[in-house]
Amino acid sequence: MHVTVKLFATFRNGRFKIAEKELPEGTDCRSVVLSLGLTEEEIGIIMINGRHGELEQELSNNDTLSLFPLVGGG
Amino acid sequence: MEDAINLLQEWTRDGLLPWSAQCAAAKHFGLSQAVVEGLALENGLFPARYQRNRNMITPDEQLRLFRSRIAVIGCGGLGGYVIEELARLGVGHIVAIDPDIFEEHNLNRQILSTPATLGKAKVDAALERVAEINPAVTVTAVRDAFCTANGFELLAGVQVAVDALDSISYRLELAEACAAAGIPMVHGAIGGWYGHVATQLPGDTTVQSIYRHWVAGKGIEQQLGNPAFTPAVVASLEVAEVCKILLGRGELLRHRKLSIDLLEMEVHEISYQELPIELVDAA
Repeated sequence: MHVTVKLFATFRNGRFKIAEKELPEGTDCRSVVLSLGLTEEEIGIIMINGRHGELEQELSNNDTLSLFPLVGGG
Repeated sequence: MEDAINLLQEWTRDGLLPWSAQCAAAKHFGLSQAVVEGLALENGLFPARYQRNRNMITPDEQLRLFRSRIAVIGCGGLGGYVIEELARLGVGHIVAIDPDIFEEHNLNRQILSTPATLGKAKVDAALERVAEINPAVTVTAVRDAFCTANGFELLAGVQVAVDALDSISYRLELAEACAAAGIPMVHGAIGGWYGHVATQLPGDTTVQSIYRHWVAGKGIEQQLGNPAFTPAVVASLEVAEVCKILLGRGELLRHRKLSIDLLEMEVHEISYQELPIELVDAA
């Protein structure tokens, strides 16, 4: 299946802003996160097609997955 | 009081009350600057120090700001700018909450920190700064960490709580306390070139949603630190939201988060719109 992955802020460093990926059916967000060398603890926001997603959520064909890092300073 | 009002009216020129007249009235009648400013605004006299507010904030609205009490939780990077802007805007009462003292690593960005204030409590610096820039504003300085145990007391009588914390766990406690007290919360967070802002009204759970994947520890600020400009940007957006909540104007950042990337100069809006419960699922 075809999935668009968008990265934001520091997640772009050494990676990409946007990439088109061919993934096996049933791939979940966690496996995409881990395949990018990111850890679960670094994840701030997961969005699937502009809506809030979960790590264990399975992706579908033509989904857009957006990942933002955790920001918590003041 | 009648005499004081008469004096203030006599001194008013072209609809504006000069600061020198506020000082003279305070001295002559033995009143605090806060009382004098209250008398002026309640009697339709517009303090000249707010004259550049005047075409966007009406005299009635300036009075509403003066009668407001805002809690600023955290007096560091975000909080320093938030307090500065609230005081200049003319918000009458600021509750400044922070347990810390200034340290050298604060100097690159925290507007209340100077070499002279190193070792000083951040809330005491806030009190002195506001007394310097707008003596009509009352500051209650609380040198303590905000937590569930003291939250209800600290938020008593407050119209809006401004999140200027640097800890996600304390932030979530603040969100809970605001929900329990029925107080709007303006949330801001920063890390390096990046920051975000959102506003939640009682009953909303945007802040809890923003940090729903959080388990422990800090965010990207741990590695990146924070520069001079990111807190100023995010704090200013937070104060604009406070102003709008108090005046009931404009569109709030409700059910949405503004995510700011100052490196690429990108702004993204992330929707936290609550999904309607589908009857099929509920059945």
